[in-house]
Amino acid sequence: MPATPATAVVVSGLVKRYDHRAAVDGLDMVAPAGAVTALLGPNGAGKTTTVECCEGLRRPDGGTVAVLGMDPVADARALRPRVGVMLQDGGLPGAVPAGEVLRHVAAMYARPRDVAALSERLGLHTFARTQVRRLSGGERQRLALAAAVVGRPDVAFLDEPSAGLDPQSRLVVWDLIRSLRGEGTAIVLTTHQMNEAEALADQVVVVDEGRVIVAGTIPALVGSDGTVRVAVRPTDGAAAPPAPDDVLAARLAAALTAVAQGAVQVAAVSPRVLQVRVLQVRAAADPALLHAITGWAAGQGVLVDVAPGRRTLEDVFLDLTGRHLR
Amino acid sequence: MSHPAAVTAGRPVATAAPLHRRVLAQAGFETRAVLRNGEQLLLTLVLPVLLLVVLTRTELVRLDTTDRIGLVAPGALALAVLSTAFTSQAIATGFDRRSGVLRLLSTTPLGPGGLLAGKALAILAVEVIQVVVLGSVAGWLGWRPTGIPAALLLLALGTAAFTSLALLVAGTLRAEAVLAAANLVWVLLLIGGGVLLPVALLPDGLAAVVRLLPSGALGEGLRAALTGQGLAWGPVLVLGAWTLVLGAAARRFFRWH
Repeated sequence: MPATPATAVVVSGLVKRYDHRAAVDGLDMVAPAGAVTALLGPNGAGKTTTVECCEGLRRPDGGTVAVLGMDPVADARALRPRVGVMLQDGGLPGAVPAGEVLRHVAAMYARPRDVAALSERLGLHTFARTQVRRLSGGERQRLALAAAVVGRPDVAFLDEPSAGLDPQSRLVVWDLIRSLRGEGTAIVLTTHQMNEAEALADQVVVVDEGRVIVAGTIPALVGSDGTVRVAVRPTDGAAAPPAPDDVLAARLAAALTAVAQGAVQVAAVSPRVLQVRVLQVRAAADPALLHAITGWAAGQGVLVDVAPGRRTLEDVFLDLTGRHLR
Repeated sequence: MSHPAAVTAGRPVATAAPLHRRVLAQAGFETRAVLRNGEQLLLTLVLPVLLLVVLTRTELVRLDTTDRIGLVAPGALALAVLSTAFTSQAIATGFDRRSGVLRLLSTTPLGPGGLLAGKALAILAVEVIQVVVLGSVAGWLGWRPTGIPAALLLLALGTAAFTSLALLVAGTLRAEAVLAAANLVWVLLLIGGGVLLPVALLPDGLAAVVRLLPSGALGEGLRAALTGQGLAWGPVLVLGAWTLVLGAAARRFFRWH
């Protein structure tokens, strides 16, 4: 039996087409064990397709997927006991009482979790005798989550686990996900709720149009009080795009050394596919620093958005994926 | 289990329950689903029993025989197979496919293979109930069948053919279309498919075609076997051929999504 690798899920160059349209178009992602990885993106970004390729429910048209070092399709038999799945559309039989559904899924495993304790924890015992089709959206979500984790999985794929949950249920669900993480489970969840990603995720993978725009930890994405985010874009009518990330970062670091009275760390945190270059300056914002940054931009002939301190994930997300409806 | 389980990251690796336990659990789950669904019970038990009694005790349909029950009871059994293995199974699978139940269960240790095996066992379980109920009612009406081993073979072949058709329909059409098609086929085959009543009652041209349908082959084969005429190889071949063709098509075209 191979040991669980520290990285539970590795997706590289994943391509999946429906009717010649690429739903996922060269996506890379790594999900570590004992961590929550959130796939964040607008509707139709390719999140669910990516997760379904990891679950072995769809065969990739290109690229590779490895779950616990195995192929989700070819090694399905070995993976099924170790992977828990919560589908976006539930997948729960409507005419069956909730309690029976959970007991049935538990019967597929040699050492399932204690069904009564899990039911109690997620508040399922109050509707155990109710048919699934008569449950509220939130009750159904909690039942689907219970079914995904009842087999003590090493990896859990949760497609929009808190869609339709009231605040109380959401806290219960988040609490369960955190304790799974504590047990060493790799959790991959999709969401478009920024507060969920901020509350739960150890790392965020922002997906749009089938590709990863940016990935990283929440602090790296949103910045912190000791950082200033500088988005660099060409002036209207500029012939050339700005210089490469590392070149820009080095130039800005050099320009800021004088005002900051010492070396300043400038890291490039640009999204991969966009024109805009994003730099993160590791220094507390003060008027002199901001003045120096805008002065540097004038010298370079570029426009900058300067955002000091911590931003919300929602701001970062909307910056990256645009504000227009799709 | 006393042996130390394989351990990764300080905890045991999750393993599947034994295959027979998984398949039996699925079979029980699906059987209970049929038995608690009113429409399915109507289709699989109430209507076959009703038709058995009415066609035996009335002259509603002229049968050129002095032994009405001897002709009607095998037809009721064939209808029971059509109801359970085809109509009921197609509808259940079609809706389970739409609501994602098939996909979710296929990601558990049950897997697609265990899911199919569980379905097959559940169909057989419901058919056992049907045979017991219909056989008892027919016995009460004076039925004294012979040729039971041949009949069992035909029931098994008919079940295989109609289950394959059910999976083909359920795995390729939208759930609403499956519902409509499965019920329509049931009605059409009941009236003109040689299931319930002898093919000889149909017009000559139609009769020749119906003998080659799984419904006609099952009905005629059962009537021959249970009236003491032995195992007719024509129906066996027809049902076997349909099973191969429909099974291959279902395997090729069934979509989980």
